[in-house]
Amino acid sequence: MTTTMHREVTSGAPHPAALPRLLRGLRPEGGAVGLGEHLERWGALDLRWVRHHLQPELEDSGLRGHGGAAFPVAAKWRSVAAAGRRPTVILNGAEGEPASAKDALLLARTPHLVLDGAAAAAAALGAGRGVAYVPRHLSDALLAAVGARQRHGLDPVPVEVLEAPPGFISGQESAAVNGVQGRPAVPSFIEIRPIRERGVDGRPTLVHNAETLAHVALVARYGARWFRALGTERNPGTTLLTVSGRPGGPVVQEAAFGTPLREVLGLGPDATRSYQGALLGGYGGTWVTIDTLLGLDLSEDSARSSSATLGAGIVVLLGHDACPLAEVARVVRYMEGESAGQCGPCVHGLAALDEVLQGLAFARQSRANVEAIGELCALVEGRGACRHPDGVARFVTSACAVFASEVAAHLRSGPCRRVGAPSELPFRGRVLRRQGGVAARPR
Amino acid sequence: MRRALKMVVDPVSCAGEGLCAELFPERITLDPWGYPIVSDEPLTPQLMEHARRAVDMCPHLAIHVMDAPVRVPTPTRRGGDGPGPEPTRAEARIVAQLRGGGPRR
Repeated sequence: MTTTMHREVTSGAPHPAALPRLLRGLRPEGGAVGLGEHLERWGALDLRWVRHHLQPELEDSGLRGHGGAAFPVAAKWRSVAAAGRRPTVILNGAEGEPASAKDALLLARTPHLVLDGAAAAAAALGAGRGVAYVPRHLSDALLAAVGARQRHGLDPVPVEVLEAPPGFISGQESAAVNGVQGRPAVPSFIEIRPIRERGVDGRPTLVHNAETLAHVALVARYGARWFRALGTERNPGTTLLTVSGRPGGPVVQEAAFGTPLREVLGLGPDATRSYQGALLGGYGGTWVTIDTLLGLDLSEDSARSSSATLGAGIVVLLGHDACPLAEVARVVRYMEGESAGQCGPCVHGLAALDEVLQGLAFARQSRANVEAIGELCALVEGRGACRHPDGVARFVTSACAVFASEVAAHLRSGPCRRVGAPSELPFRGRVLRRQGGVAARPR
Repeated sequence: MRRALKMVVDPVSCAGEGLCAELFPERITLDPWGYPIVSDEPLTPQLMEHARRAVDMCPHLAIHVMDAPVRVPTPTRRGGDGPGPEPTRAEARIVAQLRGGGPRR
């Protein structure tokens, strides 16, 4: 779809090819960008323009959601708008994935860019209510930011700040809607009634994560043509990545879609000497070999061509000091504990997977049990109200493929010497210790 | 994408009673833990009577019949990703019955 009226790029716009965009001007160790500095850097949103022109402009921008599903943003807006009633806009800052830190970084460091995106969505869709659903450690600062905006009349509707409970699934779309309504923040079975049409209090509801809204804020300022100056035709713009496993600890970085991943990650052809595999897309994502990783571009399309996913923009590089099966077993135990416990196949299937993987990593497991892994994964796939079990199945099956020789070695001679090494994969707020050869329950 | 009538289990409501698999083994089997596995195959008019019984008898009202896209790509009259053929009159009547809008038997 094309529109006749393109956003004219204002003279204060950053060069369209310049990187970074979202992280522009953020000092590596600096604090939050206050409202004054924010307006100085980006200028104020023109809400009158936004009301009339942002929707078609977003359509042209090709922006997709940055929460993992890569769903076209304009299509989501269209169905929210078509539902007829005044919608609710939710800024979803509940980034439950322990290996992701980008939404928290945006909310902590450049909150007004994210809130601008929410304001733009609320103005363009005529929302009656705006909610920022964020974890506790971010809520006070965000409340102050919202207050400062109110004094300047920057938001078309007042934004309520609601606390998202911790946990892997509390940021899942329907779980966020439930949390905003004061119910337990667990997913609903929504095959029958999509959130976009009937969400909070039965109203059409737009849920976007912090990064998606920050991109919206840039499209609302500089337009689709500016936005498309970086990235590819199908995956325009830039994306944030949370990269961990490299020396120096986890970092959030921004790169243009389509950039070779080896370049983004700073990996040379000898990367296999440093790393034995990589996890893309987090704990509901997929393991890939380093060779596969080096051949990928930064885009969901490229990842999917290798049966992988970037998820919410997560890369974890696994060094050679770790036992991959111990890492996998710890994550599966964590994910089992993070299940909402609502759906039988997820409850029982993840418990069964947990048992087999604990045995494989830390004890001695029979070949028959290990061969059942594939069957268990197939049994849980597509059988929950949300995609939690599907993610675990994907995580486990890809691990078994990438680390097949490790599986064989553990079957042959029991746990390897590296199983005692501390966990390389991150667990937010949880320490998983081994006790007597089996990882302690994280509950 | 072609659309057809399919059975769907609401996994949150389902408590694994297993009645549905007994009433409708043509499309529903049970997993090792007693929860239903519903075939993705579309329902045929001949099977609708059984489907309706499974829907009605579930103590947790966890089973639904939905007009849903068929995941396996099948050739349609229009081809491509069009909305696919309309449900036949028999299918439409059955849906109406299932929604409680029509006479039951």
